[in-house]
Amino acid sequence: MIVYLNGKAYEAKPEETVLQLALRNGIYIPHLCYHEKTGKAAKCRACVVEVEGIPGLKTSCNLPVRDGMVVSSKSEKVLQAQRMVVDLALSSGQHDCLSCEQNGNCELQDAAYYLGIERPSFQLYDNDYEVDDSSEFIRVDRSRCISCGRCVEACNKTVVNEVINFGNRGFDTKIVFDNDLPMGTSTCVQCGECMQICPVGCIIDKRSIGSGRNWEFEKVETVCPYCGVGCRLEVHVDRKNGKIIRVNGVEDSPTNNGMLCVKGRFGFDFVNSEERLTTPLIKENGKFREAEWDEAIALVASKFSEIKKEFGSDAIAGLASAKVTNEENFAFQKFIRREVGTNNVDHCARL
Amino acid sequence: MKFYRSHVLIAIDDNSLKAGVKKIESLLRAKLDKNNLSEEINVLETGGLGYFGTGVSMTVYPEQITYANLKEEDINDIVEEHFLKGRVVSRLVLNSTITKKYNFNYKNRVVLENSGIIDPENIEEYIGVGGYEAWEKVLTQMKPSEVVDEVKASGLRGRGGAGFPAGVKWSFTAPIEAKQKYVVVNADEGEPGTFKDRLIMEGDPHKLLEGIMIAAYAVGATKSYIYIRGEYKLCIHRLEVAIKQANEYGILGKNIFSSGFDHEIEIKIGAGAYVCGEETALIESMEGNRGTPRYKPPFPGVEGAWHKPTVVNNVETIANVPAIIKNGADWYNTIGVEGCRGTKVYTMMGDLKLPGLCETEMGTSLRTIIDEYGGGMKDGKQFKAALVGGAAGVFLPNEMLDVKMDFNSLKEYSAVLGSGAILVMNEDVDIVDILWSIIRFFRHESCGKCNPCSNGNPVLYKLIDKIRKGKGKEADLDMMIKVSEVMNKTSFCALGQSPYMPIKSAIDNFRDDFLKRMK
Amino acid sequence: MTNDIAGIKKADVILIIGSDTSAAHPVISARIKQAVREGKSKLIVIDPKKIVMADYAEIYAAHRPGSDVAVLNCMMHEILKNGWEDKEYIKNRLEGFDEFKAEVMKDKYSPENVEKLSNIPAETLRQISELFGKAKTASLYYAMGITQHTTGTDNVWSTANLQMICGNLGVEGGGVNPLRGQSNVQGACDMGGLPNVYPGYQKVVDEKAQAKFEKAWNCKLDNKVGITVTEIFDAMYDGTLKGLYVMGENPYLSDPDQNHIIKAMERVDFMVVQDMFITETAEYADVILPAAAFAEKDGHFTNTERRVQRINKIIEPPKGVITDWEIIQLIANAMGSDWNYKSVRDITKEINELTPQYAGITWERVGRFGLQWPCPNEEHPGTPYLHKGKFARGKGLLRPIPFKEPDELPDEEYPLILTTGRVLQQFHTGTMSRKTEGLNNLAGPMVMISVDDAERMGISNSEVVEISTRRGEITAPAFVTKRISTGVIYIPFHYKESPANRLTNSAIDPIAKIPEYKVCAAKVQKIN
Repeated sequence: MIVYLNGKAYEAKPEETVLQLALRNGIYIPHLCYHEKTGKAAKCRACVVEVEGIPGLKTSCNLPVRDGMVVSSKSEKVLQAQRMVVDLALSSGQHDCLSCEQNGNCELQDAAYYLGIERPSFQLYDNDYEVDDSSEFIRVDRSRCISCGRCVEACNKTVVNEVINFGNRGFDTKIVFDNDLPMGTSTCVQCGECMQICPVGCIIDKRSIGSGRNWEFEKVETVCPYCGVGCRLEVHVDRKNGKIIRVNGVEDSPTNNGMLCVKGRFGFDFVNSEERLTTPLIKENGKFREAEWDEAIALVASKFSEIKKEFGSDAIAGLASAKVTNEENFAFQKFIRREVGTNNVDHCARL
Repeated sequence: MKFYRSHVLIAIDDNSLKAGVKKIESLLRAKLDKNNLSEEINVLETGGLGYFGTGVSMTVYPEQITYANLKEEDINDIVEEHFLKGRVVSRLVLNSTITKKYNFNYKNRVVLENSGIIDPENIEEYIGVGGYEAWEKVLTQMKPSEVVDEVKASGLRGRGGAGFPAGVKWSFTAPIEAKQKYVVVNADEGEPGTFKDRLIMEGDPHKLLEGIMIAAYAVGATKSYIYIRGEYKLCIHRLEVAIKQANEYGILGKNIFSSGFDHEIEIKIGAGAYVCGEETALIESMEGNRGTPRYKPPFPGVEGAWHKPTVVNNVETIANVPAIIKNGADWYNTIGVEGCRGTKVYTMMGDLKLPGLCETEMGTSLRTIIDEYGGGMKDGKQFKAALVGGAAGVFLPNEMLDVKMDFNSLKEYSAVLGSGAILVMNEDVDIVDILWSIIRFFRHESCGKCNPCSNGNPVLYKLIDKIRKGKGKEADLDMMIKVSEVMNKTSFCALGQSPYMPIKSAIDNFRDDFLKRMK
Repeated sequence: MTNDIAGIKKADVILIIGSDTSAAHPVISARIKQAVREGKSKLIVIDPKKIVMADYAEIYAAHRPGSDVAVLNCMMHEILKNGWEDKEYIKNRLEGFDEFKAEVMKDKYSPENVEKLSNIPAETLRQISELFGKAKTASLYYAMGITQHTTGTDNVWSTANLQMICGNLGVEGGGVNPLRGQSNVQGACDMGGLPNVYPGYQKVVDEKAQAKFEKAWNCKLDNKVGITVTEIFDAMYDGTLKGLYVMGENPYLSDPDQNHIIKAMERVDFMVVQDMFITETAEYADVILPAAAFAEKDGHFTNTERRVQRINKIIEPPKGVITDWEIIQLIANAMGSDWNYKSVRDITKEINELTPQYAGITWERVGRFGLQWPCPNEEHPGTPYLHKGKFARGKGLLRPIPFKEPDELPDEEYPLILTTGRVLQQFHTGTMSRKTEGLNNLAGPMVMISVDDAERMGISNSEVVEISTRRGEITAPAFVTKRISTGVIYIPFHYKESPANRLTNSAIDPIAKIPEYKVCAAKVQKIN
């Protein structure tokens, strides 16, 4: 199936929309509410395009491709409409990028940049929403909300926690938790799905505020250290100080589809904890003292060798770990079986 | 049947209730009792006559004398003069104080034919005037597809505003194989200044039920909902009574007339959101969700309430159906104009001598409606403009008064028939004020689903408010057109698309009114 | 899990028994909730706690802790009685049906009789059986609520029996799906962190396996099965076990009967603990060796659906800290051995060589999203679900499983049933999760107690009460709720200040050697 977009022919997939086709081919059409995961919403109306043979403008996020379709996302008529629509969104709240956490990672900013909007044409923001800081990990600043509805979809249809919905109407529409409770006292379980999917700076990681600009962090993927689901993490790390700044779920991971729980997303303080051990400790007279590695290793080796010699291999046992890697467990059981000479190896699989 | 010398029909509608009709009715009954007239004079409640500003009114048959604007103290005179002595109390007679006479146009009425004549809370009266004959005909003589074809052939177009052919709409749903389909009646009459559906439901609820059942049979729906605005208390009451009666008579329910067809009608009460007049928002609201529109396709006819095929029609549309079936599509095609058949009920408001409702053929000119049914301009003032089609309508200037009122003719003037609301303004009216209140209305009623509407309307309001306060510039007019035009092109539903029409027509036709505010 | 996470939404009916899924496996619970919300699947929840998942269930039933076999046998009793079983599947793919049938068709498993054992109304048992039995594809999810019983093995067999007779094993969307509770508990098992098997479940008593590893490792290996963790602590307590090497575990809080564990650790001659922190267990060690965190190393974790996934080094460990395998290698060589792993990849390669299921899961191949074992060679795409077409052992074996009561039942002195588990905001013994202040603010110690019991004892919400069993006592604030059955209390085991495992019974399942955390007799008393 061929679709002509801005004068060029593209091979289209039968089930996709014009927006998906464009994005797949690296063509940007401004969009604020559409997200791969929450799907078409057709709420922001920024993704309008012109289609030959159809009067008016069409939102490309819910416009199915048709063979031979001729679409323009860059005609003056389209750009003018897109510009006004994005301008209206920009005028609706306190969208000042200077101190916003999402600066550089904001889809409203991207759309405004693409359309050459320097500042909003209108001044609509006059509601006095207070920042909702009631939750342990998440800040909600409704003055930055553009009512795109992604968080509502995500909360209800992706993680199915059914906490977020819209309250009020028209310009006063706002996201609410349960029956308009502060997030922290609502039934929210702080999985952070809403935060990850928010296109602007409305729902943000409370603890990473002020810790740096988005582009300063390196993103590295790994696997969550908590339960056995194996959610894939995208860890944002500040190389300057070796600190983990925040964690996102990897959207295309087959295990978690971007979802995480409160532990996997926020429970990584232990890594950078002050309480981490940094040197071996040896107990003497009931108290621990710091020791060099050489000394500690020698002590352990000699003790195990002595016991093995005096009481036999079966007088020693090892507990492997359900929290370390396959390689480390392999090495551990090999050590117990080969060097100690016993099958007394187990771990807390049952506990 | 008992014989009475006279029948007194008291119009009970929301207006007369506010004017104290119940108190006056009980005074009348007491007075008749006292004079031993209860056995001779039969007092009946009926629907509104379609005119407002007439307070409590009653019509005495067989004389056909209508008294209006009645007060409690007037009852003595009526009983003693009229019923005891047979002398009409001329000071209380409707039309006695005005030069222009009401033209009820009963002979041409289709949907309001029984309103003000029969007791809406008595199914026997509806049956007595030929009610439910169409329903019987459908069940005993017609296949569902024949009903659809008949309605298609009649050329009946939806009266909710968009004018989509009703038969065509039904023909999308009818062939779908589904365990459950629904008919939903849109009785959420929310267009400012429109109350035609209210009078239909208050005056002749059984007609609506009959139309629903025919539609349901045609498309194969076993359940219907009437989604009605909560303020319409009397309508709700009368519909409840009518549904109960229809069930008792076996006209509704299981295996109706042994045809094997089951049907159930339920009333759903809306919470007063303008946007819920939009069919998909209505469905959302009916399902218990926020009243916001859904994207189409799928259209409700394919996937509507609870994801089942659902036909949504306006009250007036459905109320046309029994007559079409009873008299045939050919008869219906003799009324109205090519492409726009039947009658239309208009709500006439503003600076008219006789504001109220009228039902007249499609294609009647605006001038005729204003002069003939609205009684012409009040207080000798000059006509300035008519806002036709409700808040989402168009300001028509004097030069356009001869436009024919039907979907197609209005289109030529970039105007819409909409709900059939006509607001007539005289020379003293400032269009800026009217536009300001329209935009304020849209701002208030925006549901918040899409960005252009929920943020565009506040922008428009700020601009018009500035102009109204004398702080505007001519560039603000251009900006209003520019913003509303983008809203028109990009908004999710008709609500956000609407402000463009009143704004554009107001500024184009009455620019001076705006410029005056800028001096 | 016999099946995969992606298959969750392909079941017509999902049964959760013995898993507080939204607390312990939140992301899996999201998928199940999606399936229900989208109308794809109907959910049955059987759990003594009215867990969050019950809110999404078509049928929820609260059973008495420890009555799982009775409930599952009753389901099979009803299914066979009504002919809802998969007869073709039984004929072609299973064996032992007659003996099995003789057991479950006993009158003792009729809904009326099982009502007496499980407290689930007979009518509900019938509804559950019908919904499950008539489903085209039904899946079963469990966690420690099934396994942590003296009848844990029986419980597991029963879940397998049910899925076999319904033809739900070896099909997409079906399966017996134990949800693994720790990031690499699957991998630790796969890698032979068990006393009876080498990596890849090759039995230590199997001469061929022994010869294979002796050849690969160039050594003599012991052919006798080792002792399990519960037995290890018993042996320490008895004084027969002299040395213990603990890597990244915290038995002080995770093992049953804490007082017994403490005495055992005090008695052992020499104990090494290798961890990130001075854990409660490490306090008893003679040497503590600091180890790197997950974010500071490369390697692989294997998840609950057998997916081997790469973990990547994100940051450097604190100065002076090295990874676990490096420490192990240092000790081995200090004991005079010849280990020479240059990098973690060398170990991965050895795993590929010695573990048939992992043979094709090489460092180069594993990719961003890993591979699911078995993956026997480098061309194999991995295995999303097991037993397709044929069981690993050939025919699926149905075993008759008679119902047995738990080891310790309530009596006059200890009238309540104590059951333990997790909460959403904490993990295991808290070594990791409790370092995040926000998580502690969200979830502290508590004892969940039914409104009936609380009212009877005059206990109000948040009131600190004393909970005791024959093994010890702790205090915790009461969480009075309708979500737990009368006569049952629930305590999460994460908290050292209210250690649930001071109370639990160390009686174990005779085969799996798993302690009975889910049932013991307890009492609750007001303080003062």
